[in-house]
Amino acid sequence: MESDSAGGGAPTILNGRKPNILYLWLGDKIFTAVVVILGASIIMLALGMAWVLFDEGSLSLREYGFINFIKGKTWDPAVQLVFGAWPFIFGTVITSSMALLIAFFPALAVAIFSAEYAPPWLSGIIDNLVQLIAAIPSVVIGIWGIFVLAPWLRDTVYMPIYLWTELNQPGLLPILGNPIGYGMATATIVLALMIVPYTTALAKDAIKAVPKDQREASWALGSTRWEVIRMAVLPYARGGITAGAILSLGRAIGETMAVAMLIGNKNTLPFSIFGAGATMPSVIVNEFREAVESLHLSSLMAIGFVLFIIALIVNLTAAYINRKLSIGGGQIL
Amino acid sequence: MRRRRIHDKFIEILLVIATIAVLLPLIIIIFHVIVEGVSALNYEFFTEELGSPSRAIQGKPTGLVHTILGTIVVDMLALVIAVPVGIGAGMMLSEYPDHMLNPTLRIMNDTLNGMPAILKGLFAFVLIVKPMGTFSGLAGGVALSFVMLPIIARATESALLTIPWTIREAGLALGIPRWRVVISAVMPAAKTGLATGLLLAFARAAGEAAPLLFTSFGNNYLPDQWFGFIFNPVDTLPQRLYSLAISPYSEWHSMGWAAAIVLLVMVILAFVFARFVTRGKVQLK
Repeated sequence: MESDSAGGGAPTILNGRKPNILYLWLGDKIFTAVVVILGASIIMLALGMAWVLFDEGSLSLREYGFINFIKGKTWDPAVQLVFGAWPFIFGTVITSSMALLIAFFPALAVAIFSAEYAPPWLSGIIDNLVQLIAAIPSVVIGIWGIFVLAPWLRDTVYMPIYLWTELNQPGLLPILGNPIGYGMATATIVLALMIVPYTTALAKDAIKAVPKDQREASWALGSTRWEVIRMAVLPYARGGITAGAILSLGRAIGETMAVAMLIGNKNTLPFSIFGAGATMPSVIVNEFREAVESLHLSSLMAIGFVLFIIALIVNLTAAYINRKLSIGGGQIL
Repeated sequence: MRRRRIHDKFIEILLVIATIAVLLPLIIIIFHVIVEGVSALNYEFFTEELGSPSRAIQGKPTGLVHTILGTIVVDMLALVIAVPVGIGAGMMLSEYPDHMLNPTLRIMNDTLNGMPAILKGLFAFVLIVKPMGTFSGLAGGVALSFVMLPIIARATESALLTIPWTIREAGLALGIPRWRVVISAVMPAAKTGLATGLLLAFARAAGEAAPLLFTSFGNNYLPDQWFGFIFNPVDTLPQRLYSLAISPYSEWHSMGWAAAIVLLVMVILAFVFARFVTRGKVQLK
């Protein structure tokens, strides 16, 4: 009886032993307790992180008030010791939204090609390569950006544009900024590259989740392949695609090292297109290790807290959109 | 109809071009890292410590042996912390689907996953570095474990959920207690899924530099004793790569490329192995 009870690879525990009430009952109690404690610790971590960032930033937030801290346009840790987060919020919002704008359509195109056009073997290769982009460490992309991409962009893209503008539209030069290679434009381009995998993967999931009937109905109406995709597949998948785009935006907002290495790191507004700038993560990376004034440290923590809030809003929005807009329900993410 | 056909073909070509345009930078990056990295790699890289900049400038042998050892220690510490907690939380989501904390846990886990890694570094700084009064490998391990945790929890949940409930019911019907069913029947059946989750979490965390800058901090020398890797500032590959790349010395720049190729090979190996283990579809979300 005991010998044939090992179905599914489970060793029998009854072998040569009487079932022990304590073992059966207490074991379950302890197991449940341990699992729940481990699960609850993740909840504690997430809440604890928000609390710690707020608590450590409270010195600065009390000094200026939350709203004024966000609106403050001056960040001067050296002379005046005045701290306002606006330059970094501005830098983060501009770089990451522009990056999404650049990345979205190519990423969607890759998702469509891989899901609808490519044969299975090619589709597998494309998916793996796109995921590989996400696997490359941010610092590796950073060093490549410093020594390869930024000099190349400066010489072949920024300089010609700058020189042309200088001749024809000198009034635009302040907006364009110094084409040193390390600045907002370079950081945005690298960010766009880095978020493509996330947009692509989520868009492909959404496209794959569109039921066959939907496509076949469209084929039956005499649509060409592209018309099927445009009129039957994409509208159905729009929830997942939008949610994926917003999650990618969240990635871009939090991306730290590559941006810190390429954005040029300038703390004062105004930022220009080619010129140096800063984002919330980049200023934390650059100044945290050298910050000695407690108000400076606290202000950096407060920037971390603002970053937490923004990332939280972005993530919750993506989850909400995915649930509301996808007809198939929330099983895509 | 002819016009629509041409339009259809045109779109297809456009999609192919977009796909190539997205994949081209990947190939260029890997090409440059290999070319620059291989020419900068040498025997000393794996046997010498870094020392001060003058050492490299004078052409004395320098390397990153302390960095490689430090990376191994910090990554292992992170795994030791993150694996039990992550698997436990994943078990809670899959094995106790009705537990009242689960909706909250799921939201908080996704929140933690979506948080920028640099915030996890700040958190670990306050939790570990401040009370200890010094930067340490332990703090770095804790910071990286925050990066791994939500990935492992999510992967564990989905791996365990692929195991049909009938297996659990069969075990329970035999009178095996629930915890034994989970550990002896469900977990072994889900082991490839679990392994994939761990590898992806490792691949993601091993490349992170941001959480390490304020926790393990970095160190140009090997520690005097082995526990210096845990209780003193420790060098790690991503953080050292960052310091080398932004340094003003060209000798250090080429060493940065060497660090880049070592890091890239490590991460890609973990990534490829994760793919190989499952041969299925798991995304690096």
